[in-house]
Amino acid sequence: MDNADDRAAAQSAGVNQDQVHNVVRLSQVTKLFRMGDNEVLALKGINLAIKAGEYISIMGPSGSGKSTLFNMIGALDKPTSGKVFIDEVDVAQLDAYELAWLRCRKIGYIFQTFNLIQVMTAMENVTLPMIFAGMTQDQYLEKGMELLRLVGLADRYQHKPSELSGGQQQRVAIARALANDPTIVLADEPTGNLDLSTGEDIINLLKMLSKERQVTIISATHDIKMINVSDRVIWIRDGLVDRIEDRDKLTVSIGKVT
Amino acid sequence: MDGVSSSPMVNRSSTVIQKQVVLPWRQVLRIAFQSLKVRLSRSLITTATLALAVAFVAYTWSGYGILNALWHQADTKLQETILASGYEMAGGQFGSTPKDRWLAILSLLVCVVGIVNAQLMAVTERFREIGTYKCLGALNSFIVRIFVLEAIYQGLLGGAVGGVAGVLVGTVSLVLKFGWLVLPAWPVTTMLATLGLATLLAVVLSFLGVMYPALVAARMQPAVAMRTEQV
Repeated sequence: MDNADDRAAAQSAGVNQDQVHNVVRLSQVTKLFRMGDNEVLALKGINLAIKAGEYISIMGPSGSGKSTLFNMIGALDKPTSGKVFIDEVDVAQLDAYELAWLRCRKIGYIFQTFNLIQVMTAMENVTLPMIFAGMTQDQYLEKGMELLRLVGLADRYQHKPSELSGGQQQRVAIARALANDPTIVLADEPTGNLDLSTGEDIINLLKMLSKERQVTIISATHDIKMINVSDRVIWIRDGLVDRIEDRDKLTVSIGKVT
Repeated sequence: MDGVSSSPMVNRSSTVIQKQVVLPWRQVLRIAFQSLKVRLSRSLITTATLALAVAFVAYTWSGYGILNALWHQADTKLQETILASGYEMAGGQFGSTPKDRWLAILSLLVCVVGIVNAQLMAVTERFREIGTYKCLGALNSFIVRIFVLEAIYQGLLGGAVGGVAGVLVGTVSLVLKFGWLVLPAWPVTTMLATLGLATLLAVVLSFLGVMYPALVAARMQPAVAMRTEQV
């Protein structure tokens, strides 16, 4: 209980003093994968702090540990060592209910491969997290429609994922990620399976959400277009944070490249 | 929105959290049924495997049941025909010689392996779906509930269809061998018991076959479950 009180105190202090608190913090996170006799150290000690409302891109070549880092931030996998804090709560200390609660209400996930439930319609996919959150049918149907309208797919609510294009599926996934008004939206290569212009639409949609809803957006990507909308870019190389750049510096570095 | 969903994580207590992540049975029924309906051809293959395995068991059992009933109503000539066609009695009963017992056990074994294998395959194909459910905030018990209910639907359908088919084939083959006297001697209660038992067997085995992979997948970290299928 002491612990919880401390955390409560820490958070209320953060809010009262109008400081933006760390919505995600990683401390010396490592992740070791064993594949047969091979051991691969995908993350080699990541330290990171992300503030509420930021739009963060995690960039890096494939195999740099981006997706592994994404899974750590989203409490989708356990680090081998080190700690992950979400809202300054140590994820490792949470029991199964609390973890489910966290994934259900606090974080929304978007994946490169969309990961919609194939047998469910767009509407059912979007409303599933709300069912888990205990909303009544009237509530979740209304909110589901509102979210589908937000992503421009209100007229397709009865379509199955197989009847939707890649961009449309990703929009449904975004609507689903927003179902329980999460404070964090995590996107793993959200534009990776999409063509250029569809990818841009998705990026703009995410940016709009971060502005209008004050959602923290953390996106693992190697899509250069993401840089333009990011507040900060975290470059990952060989399982370590290579450098962190703010937007104002970024435009300069892009200027050099192009 | 509502006060519950916006309450900060720090004010939680375990019982409050438990009430905040829910999956009502009404929804489980709907999701499981719909999941079978949409994947109809795939789930029918699994169900057909169930039905076939159960049909074999039901055929073996019902054959002995009918013979035992027929024996008491048969005249000496028919009794000789029955024995001459290769059926053996032990202690005044068919189906209790070592050979017949072995046959019954074998059919049961085929049933166990067939059903458990079919369900193992069907669930393993869906690890990514299970990982996705967990990302959306499903508890392990939600996943187990959905899959177990699907297994029970399939077990009931496959078991009933297979049981009826097995009993039917058993009856017809005996009618062909020993003539119409089989029908008046047909033991209704024994046959109903066979049918019920065969269906129960299908449900239980289907349940066991689903339970193991569903539990394994549900206990995985979501990231691991989602990766499994992609490899």
